[in-house]
Amino acid sequence: MSLEMFVQHLCNATTLGSLYALTAIGYTMVYGILRLINFAHGDIFMLGAYFVFFGGALFALPWGVAVIGAIILSTACGIMVDRVAYRPLRDAPRISALISSIGVSFLIENLAIVIFTAIPRPVHQPEWLSQVFLVGGVRILSLTLVVPAISFLLVAGLLWIVYKTKPGLAMRAISKDIETTRLMGVSVDKIIALTFGLGSALAAASGIMWALRYPQINPLMGIFPGFKAFIAAVLGGIGSIQGALIGGLLLGFIEILVVAFLPALSGYKDAFAFVLLIVILLIKPTGLMGEKLEEKV
Amino acid sequence: MLSVRDLHVHYGGIHALQGISLEVPLGKVVTLIGANGAGKSSTLRAIAGLVRQKSGAILWKDRDLIHSSADDIVKSGIAMSPEGRRIFPQLTVRENLLLGAYIRNDAAEVENDLEWVYTLFPRMRERSWQKGGTLSGGEQQMLALGRALMSRPDLVMLDEPSLGLAPLLVKEVFDIIRTVNERGKTVLLVEQNAYAALKVAHYAYVLEVGNIVLQGTGEELIADPRVREAYLGG
Repeated sequence: MSLEMFVQHLCNATTLGSLYALTAIGYTMVYGILRLINFAHGDIFMLGAYFVFFGGALFALPWGVAVIGAIILSTACGIMVDRVAYRPLRDAPRISALISSIGVSFLIENLAIVIFTAIPRPVHQPEWLSQVFLVGGVRILSLTLVVPAISFLLVAGLLWIVYKTKPGLAMRAISKDIETTRLMGVSVDKIIALTFGLGSALAAASGIMWALRYPQINPLMGIFPGFKAFIAAVLGGIGSIQGALIGGLLLGFIEILVVAFLPALSGYKDAFAFVLLIVILLIKPTGLMGEKLEEKV
Repeated sequence: MLSVRDLHVHYGGIHALQGISLEVPLGKVVTLIGANGAGKSSTLRAIAGLVRQKSGAILWKDRDLIHSSADDIVKSGIAMSPEGRRIFPQLTVRENLLLGAYIRNDAAEVENDLEWVYTLFPRMRERSWQKGGTLSGGEQQMLALGRALMSRPDLVMLDEPSLGLAPLLVKEVFDIIRTVNERGKTVLLVEQNAYAALKVAHYAYVLEVGNIVLQGTGEELIADPRVREAYLGG
């Protein structure tokens, strides 16, 4: 393999990995607080992409406005999913909320098929994203630089919220002990809504960039990236934001490199992710960065 | 004054509190004593808004808190240090204390109160950047007490603050309760250590299986033969 090819694979892997990482954060944050796998998360990813499409196609909004509007709308959807499908089940056994999340996921996907129709739609790529740079003889698509850069900024913003602000402090407290956090005067439902909102905003951003990369959207486009991001979260250690970042990037690299070095197996690249999931669950269920489940003393 | 009237609490099928009434006058230390499972913790948890299935009245500052949410109750000036300390092990000492002040928006005043807590518990200042989980049991108890004070409550509820501590630390905890009370805070104290609790309390209630069976000033109850026999070891 030439150096040029290798660098291109590297860029692709970073791009794919950043998108997995962005989506994985939503899974891991919700899990960290509620011990719930939010299966509807991948559908928020899809909604983000569709909202941009309709913002541009139907309302003729400028691209940047459509993107920001889409992220805000998707955030609202994520918060609404929590309000309608999970909050009434807060005191119910955990399995109830999990089943509810599978139900919500099917509901959003099928509503999307009804409302958006199942026909895949082409996505308009702004020119500045499809430019090709020549760096030392290597051709690099501007999209493969922009996606990791934006992802990095979004993650930096998220980490700032989680580690430097009061609501972030409350989030970290809730993930360890909900009841005592209530005793601190924290309105726990508001913080949970904020968590869903942040996770959804990142998933929507990821879905939008995913759509630009393809460039095509359909109502079921969130399912596989959603599963992959979930696997990334488990790989990194579910509950840990750092773990989701590492897991996402790692999964992106594994997938691209498998296709690059073993082209004969490229048809099985999705299967690789699931095999990986099974292997992690067998060998190290807490993932790379996951904490051990602490026994209460 | 906090006035609890005919408070009932159910946990699943268990009738944990069967209509208790008690009063905590402002500026006083009131204690609840009784055996394990008598309903002491249930009383505090009900007042703090952590228990759903309850009835009766919890009157405080011209309001009835019986249906209020836990965060509203903190905002109304009642803070609680829960049984087993329940500090946040992965957060620093400073972050634990700042969480105690979560409802406040006066950052400068919060820093002042942080100073006050550090003066009260010098060890907390030394360890302010250490994770809560690395503290010893006694230090964690001090942190839990300090955290409960950070919301500037009028009433502090302490659930078993001396549980599991070495005798020297037990004494320190009760000294601090006295200091906090002298600073104008009302204290509602639940304790296994009945003798120390009655010594520090202005007024006390004895709970047995969900009912108040005896009440009086701390001195009266220390002298009461029934209390002596059941709780003070004869």
